Amino acid sequence: MNLELLFQYIVAGITYGTIYAVVAIGFNIIYNATGIINFAQGEFVMLGGMTAVTLSGFLPLPAAILGAVIITMMIGGLVEIVFIRWLKSPSVLRMIIITIGLSIVIREVALHIWGEGVRALPYFSGTSVSSINLWGVFISPQVLWVIGISSVMVFFLSLFFNYTLTGRQMRACAANRDAARLCGINAGNMVTLSFMLSAAIGALGGCIVSPITYVQYDSGTPLAIKGFTVAILGGLGNSTAAVAAGMILGILESFSIWVLPAAYKDVVSITILLAILFIRPSGIFGDAEAARLKEY
Amino acid sequence: MASKYSQIILFSLLIAGIQVLTHVTDSSYHLTQLTMTAYYSLLVIGLCMLIGYAGQISIGHAGFFAIGGYISAFLTTHDFSAQKGLPIVGFLVKTGIMTRRPDLYGGDLLTVHPWTACILAVCTALLIAFVIGGPVLKLRGHYLAMATLGFGIIIYRIVLGTTLLGAADGITDVPAFGLPGGIEVSGKGAGRIANYYIAWGTVVAGMTLLVNLIHSRVGRALTAIHGAEDAADAMGIDTADYKLRIFVLSAGYAALAGVLLTHYNGGIGPSEASVIKSVRYVSIVAIGGMASLWGALIMSLLLNYLSLRGSFGTFDDAVFGAILILIMLFAPEGLLRKQIIGDVKALFGRSAGRGEDQ
Amino acid sequence: MNLLSVEGLSKRFGGLQAVGDVTFSVPEGSIKALIGPNGAGKTTLFNLISGVIPSDSGTIIFRGQAVQGLRPWQIAGRGMARTFQHIRLFPKMTALENIMIGRHTHSRAGFIAGMLNLPFTWKEERAIREKGLAIMEFLGISGLENSDATSLAYGQQRILELGRALACEPKLLLLDEPAAGLNMRETAEMARLVTRIRDTGITVLLVEHDMSLVMNISDEIIVLSYGQKIADDKPLAIQKNLEVIRVYLGEEDA
Repeated sequence: MNLELLFQYIVAGITYGTIYAVVAIGFNIIYNATGIINFAQGEFVMLGGMTAVTLSGFLPLPAAILGAVIITMMIGGLVEIVFIRWLKSPSVLRMIIITIGLSIVIREVALHIWGEGVRALPYFSGTSVSSINLWGVFISPQVLWVIGISSVMVFFLSLFFNYTLTGRQMRACAANRDAARLCGINAGNMVTLSFMLSAAIGALGGCIVSPITYVQYDSGTPLAIKGFTVAILGGLGNSTAAVAAGMILGILESFSIWVLPAAYKDVVSITILLAILFIRPSGIFGDAEAARLKEY
Repeated sequence: MASKYSQIILFSLLIAGIQVLTHVTDSSYHLTQLTMTAYYSLLVIGLCMLIGYAGQISIGHAGFFAIGGYISAFLTTHDFSAQKGLPIVGFLVKTGIMTRRPDLYGGDLLTVHPWTACILAVCTALLIAFVIGGPVLKLRGHYLAMATLGFGIIIYRIVLGTTLLGAADGITDVPAFGLPGGIEVSGKGAGRIANYYIAWGTVVAGMTLLVNLIHSRVGRALTAIHGAEDAADAMGIDTADYKLRIFVLSAGYAALAGVLLTHYNGGIGPSEASVIKSVRYVSIVAIGGMASLWGALIMSLLLNYLSLRGSFGTFDDAVFGAILILIMLFAPEGLLRKQIIGDVKALFGRSAGRGEDQ
Repeated sequence: MNLLSVEGLSKRFGGLQAVGDVTFSVPEGSIKALIGPNGAGKTTLFNLISGVIPSDSGTIIFRGQAVQGLRPWQIAGRGMARTFQHIRLFPKMTALENIMIGRHTHSRAGFIAGMLNLPFTWKEERAIREKGLAIMEFLGISGLENSDATSLAYGQQRILELGRALACEPKLLLLDEPAAGLNMRETAEMARLVTRIRDTGITVLLVEHDMSLVMNISDEIIVLSYGQKIADDKPLAIQKNLEVIRVYLGEEDA
């Protein structure tokens, strides 16, 4: 294969990897705050994309995206308040099943609202065929949007968690909920906030990648699986590692087309997931003891 | 001791009663959907053993159903005529393992005999379960759920993406499954009543085996493992081995269900391996009471039948998702339990924080 | 003859040396007690011997064979049974059923036999049941067979767990704080039971905080402190051991 093709594969890998990393960060935020794996995380991404497409019918693109993020954020908070907040120390199994059920229901509701068709936002700049010449390689401007907006988002998230009062309160809750409560932090609200934040992040991710990958009512689950794979690969709860892990998975998946038919692309990421779970569940960058510390 | 069989007898009477009822009301067409319900129920009771008695979650069991169904379907529909010349093929034909049969267009097919295909399909499923069960069952909680989910999706993607397995269209024209006495497992109208009893007979037999198991030394060990695994270990029970065996057993039930239903329906499609189906089976076990075989069976009979009749309309999948949520929120130990009345009172009464177990 | 020999056993958890190079033996037919202040590593030592956690180094010889590295169920199958510091009875099972689990290593009905309800299992189940009842009678808790195990009184639960371990027909019985949470009368009863068990030929190694029980029934006592063995002797000698006194009461009173 020539250098150009190699680069295209890498670019594709990084693009998808970025989205997987975004989903993974969503997983990590909720996991850090609650110890729950939110199986419905992928649906937030899907909802963000679908809502934005609907809104873009009568709003300018930036407003549509903002609207979609806010609406999905509200849905995330609502989900937490209605289904999760009032449960007293539920078992892990119960939480898994509840979030799986939520994922199914949200997906079916989406099916009834939007039907089975695929949707996509228009390209943020240019069209589906425009391309930018970067050191002799042609890539779509949307790729730059994906990477750019995601990087900005990760940057602001780390600012939030490290330098704002609320962010630090969330980290305190993640580290030790009872101690946080004793300091006057409302743990219940922190949990709701974590859901809202995760939903917002997922929604934004869904918006920026929809021109390239399209969204439809069932795009949520495959994304959730891959996002979870990335989260585990980097070490559950570790969002910085999730970014690197996302790149790794994205590129591996991208190059798998070289050896396997495209129909089996998903099989690659799941096989990686199973391999990690069997061999080293604490992830590449994770450390079994540190994983218990649950910091952002 | 006899009471464990009295429930089986009662259930058998119920099944017979339903058939008589349809005969009397001249609505025998119901039997078709009830027969399909039976085969899904076979999977459900196997899954109930796994979730309720071995304490393992599996959101990928539709995968084993599909393995059974697809392998049997493929072997009995794929024309091996191209390999006619090989000596081993000649040997297989002579021993009846492979047969010649006419296809729809009057041509000649060389396929595997349904019985052999069935055995191969179930054995493959058992083997796969045995191989992945070891590492999978070492996982806990989220990781176990994700691993089983992942397994189901891998199977789904494989059957969806493989042309030889019919890709998105699945495999059709699966022949009937001949049984001694001239009856056969197929969807033909003439054999409707016979097939109804074959299906439910299989379920009753499967149920009997499981009920026996629960009341045996192994069943006691399983309850112990589920209750306090470290103590069970200390009492000499090889917990990992037992969990693996239950996993393999439940996979076998699922695969057999897949084989029989495929021959009954005359075909199978990738949707049988989907996550939605796996979730459906888990929600049925959940609502029946995680550790209640009879609860799971009754609920399977009810819900699968309603679903097949289309009573849930386009909200079919949403219904099962909603069931999962509602049951887990309000009645995590299922609906059909003895303490249900007390629990309903407690729900509307004090907000006592009961310590939750699985 | 030593039923159990532990040599150079060590276990480190991160920065903490929970058990450090411990060596001792338990003579057959005796009652040996393992005492020490809280955090001395007694339960860790138990968990190492019964296979619950793997040791970093050292050997454990039980009935003449090395058992370090074996899984708990394998060690149980060789004749070692134990109770737990925090009672670990099986919920959702009756008292009798809990004891019947103990017979697992002495019965053989497997999956196929269970599913097909083969005739040989009927006799086996009957025998298991009868043995369970006999143990309950030996321990003085007959009449509780069909009670839900976790709803029994605390003292009865402790005895029940003892019965479950006895059902394994062990050569060595490991008791982790059998008298924890028991009042004086119940403790005396427990002491009596343990002695009777020893008299039937079962060797006992127990962890205990109740000094009266320990001093009364033990043939030998080991003292642990911060993971190290500091004494291994007869009860009277232990009582006079300055190091032991220092460890329990502090420097000033030594």
